[in-house]
Amino acid sequence: MQLSGAEIVVRCLQEEGIDHIFGYPGGAVLFLYDELFKQDKVKHVLVRHEQAAVHAADAYARSTHKVGVALVTSGPGVTNAITGIATAYMDSIPMVILTGQVPTHAIGEDAFQECDTVGITRPCVKHNFLVKDVKDIALTIKKAFYIASTGRPGPVVVDIPKDITAHKTEFEYPKSITMRSYNPVVKGHAGQIKKAVKLLLEAKRPMIYAGGGVILGNASAELTQLVKLIGFPCTNTLMGLGGFPATDRHSLGMLGMHGTYEANMAMQHCDVLLAVGARFDDRVIGNPKHFFEQPRQIIHIDIDPASISKRVKVDVPVVGNVGEVLKELIRQLEAARGGPDKEALKAWWTQIEQWRGRDCLKYDRTSAIIKPQFVIEKLYQVTKGDAFITSDVGQHQMWAAQFYKFDKPRRWINSGGLGTMGVGLPYAMGVQMAHPKATVACVTGEASIQMCIQELSTCKQYRLPIKLVNLNNRYMGMVRQWQEFFHGNRYSESYMDALPDFVKLAEAYGHVGMRIDKPADVEPALKEAFARKKDLVFLDFITDQTENVFPMVPGGKGLSEMILV
Amino acid sequence: MRHIISVLLENEAGALSRVAGLFSARGYNIESLTVAPTEDATLSRMTIVTSGSDDIIEQINKQLNKLVDVVKVVDLSEGDHIERELMLVKVRAVGKDREEMKRMADIFRGRIIDVTDKDFTIELTGPGSKLDAFLKAIDQTAILETVRTGASGIGRGDRILKV
Repeated sequence: MQLSGAEIVVRCLQEEGIDHIFGYPGGAVLFLYDELFKQDKVKHVLVRHEQAAVHAADAYARSTHKVGVALVTSGPGVTNAITGIATAYMDSIPMVILTGQVPTHAIGEDAFQECDTVGITRPCVKHNFLVKDVKDIALTIKKAFYIASTGRPGPVVVDIPKDITAHKTEFEYPKSITMRSYNPVVKGHAGQIKKAVKLLLEAKRPMIYAGGGVILGNASAELTQLVKLIGFPCTNTLMGLGGFPATDRHSLGMLGMHGTYEANMAMQHCDVLLAVGARFDDRVIGNPKHFFEQPRQIIHIDIDPASISKRVKVDVPVVGNVGEVLKELIRQLEAARGGPDKEALKAWWTQIEQWRGRDCLKYDRTSAIIKPQFVIEKLYQVTKGDAFITSDVGQHQMWAAQFYKFDKPRRWINSGGLGTMGVGLPYAMGVQMAHPKATVACVTGEASIQMCIQELSTCKQYRLPIKLVNLNNRYMGMVRQWQEFFHGNRYSESYMDALPDFVKLAEAYGHVGMRIDKPADVEPALKEAFARKKDLVFLDFITDQTENVFPMVPGGKGLSEMILV
Repeated sequence: MRHIISVLLENEAGALSRVAGLFSARGYNIESLTVAPTEDATLSRMTIVTSGSDDIIEQINKQLNKLVDVVKVVDLSEGDHIERELMLVKVRAVGKDREEMKRMADIFRGRIIDVTDKDFTIELTGPGSKLDAFLKAIDQTAILETVRTGASGIGRGDRILKV
């Protein structure tokens, strides 16, 4: 039987087991929306802005390990989606973004709502396609899902002209696919792993540095097993939080620009570093020259060869799926005679505990003004550490990362690479859609939240009981902090006058709003909000305007050159 | 250091712009880039002349390999290889200069492929340095127009780049 291109697209999504897509209709995708209307296997979530569609689908993927799918129309639909696509690309999130395009005969004629989607998205996708024949749709979508979800994951755009969605052809979805130009590595080189084992067993001051690759590669169990086996300290990057349980005593917390004193000091002073699914980026190791003043041997496990020796030369690269490599590493460690140097490790832990004793995350608990850190601590307690936490970008993001102890992977959803303000609310939508019964909170600030605030309407439509924890300090806090430290207290354009009344705003959208301005009210308010299982609650916490995030490694400085409280 | 990199890639629309985009996005240098389909029409072969430190060249190779359309990448400069570039030069050739131009073209194993009463078009093939040398050797004021293809390269003997 002959099916239309639009029917084929929807059938492909069904074949891929996609239960939710996030999107916004428009002229070029009308046939597609017509087909979505006629079925109920793929549920479409209607957002209020295409950027949010991509963010929500992105969070859906981050919290489930499935491929996130977004559907937008041509032209402005695509340009609005770009921020979402670039955000997903920077954090290697598996996504397929279906975009409408003007009919093939109109391409290149500056048609209404035309843009060069393949050209505009090229620098921020893993790959993209323009489908020029209805016969190619099924194979292209198969390829898109395959590319998005294998190797180092990433977003893939499939651009489909309107006439192609109307044309008809036979439908057959390919069962499997091979591409001569794309063969991602899975297993690590056994010889390299052997070298790694030798280094690890010889280490006097070992350190494990685990990134988002552990989460994306579903390798948390293996990482935890490895740490338990050899008793080394482990730090997680912002993207890797939850990859190793934060409440385990081997965890040194997050490292980097706002990492803990103990994590950064151990990172700087270790003699053997095992990097797992991490990329040594500028927010993590600070000034690379300073990092190298301290000699150390580096083992780097990553699925992407291009991530190895990009910013930091490594001694033992192991290219492969993080989980597979860790399994083999554990197997070889167990088979090796003798374990790590117990004496040296004991001395190293003594040193680390001394650093930990510095209590770098301390803050004024007697303050009469609400301290943002206090809110996150209470959020952690009230949700029993078991919520999905999304965040926007800025100070509140760092405090959430520092003070919410993530013990499980895929619970901490934020924009690490691109640092996109505005992701928090749509991220919470994607997570809540994927986990309807779970507790989902979005930690945000009064600046970030306003970048996608319109999605409160989407939340109403789908009755998403998200809890918004707004740390309202009336400043773009992180900008203000940098201006205080590095620009002589000149707060240029970082103060926002005329903020909305968030309580009334939440109510206008049909939600519950609460304003909290006293420390004593923080916990009761959180308890009340989380007890409202069916409501979205917007908690507007009026926090200390001048609080800063510590520790801080200033730009260009070394990891051990932190500013401390 | 100068490197000459050969790339086999899917002969698909947009493949060239993926490579060009990669170089501009990451700030890599392109001295020249040539591309054309191979004997297998589904594959194109590209020759890129670039320069950079060892670290940068390593990244260029890795990043090229990462492109989904790229099938194989070889840094020809890592071993014995031959490279050739084609140049067409239109030169003013009147009076006694006609004889001189003909002589210079012969010395450089060039061929005159078009003649008018005022000018010659000379075809010259060789490594880039030979083409440079020719342009230096002739009367500069006589050069009306030049066009060069950029280098194409191939490994010597057993060094074969094929799927």
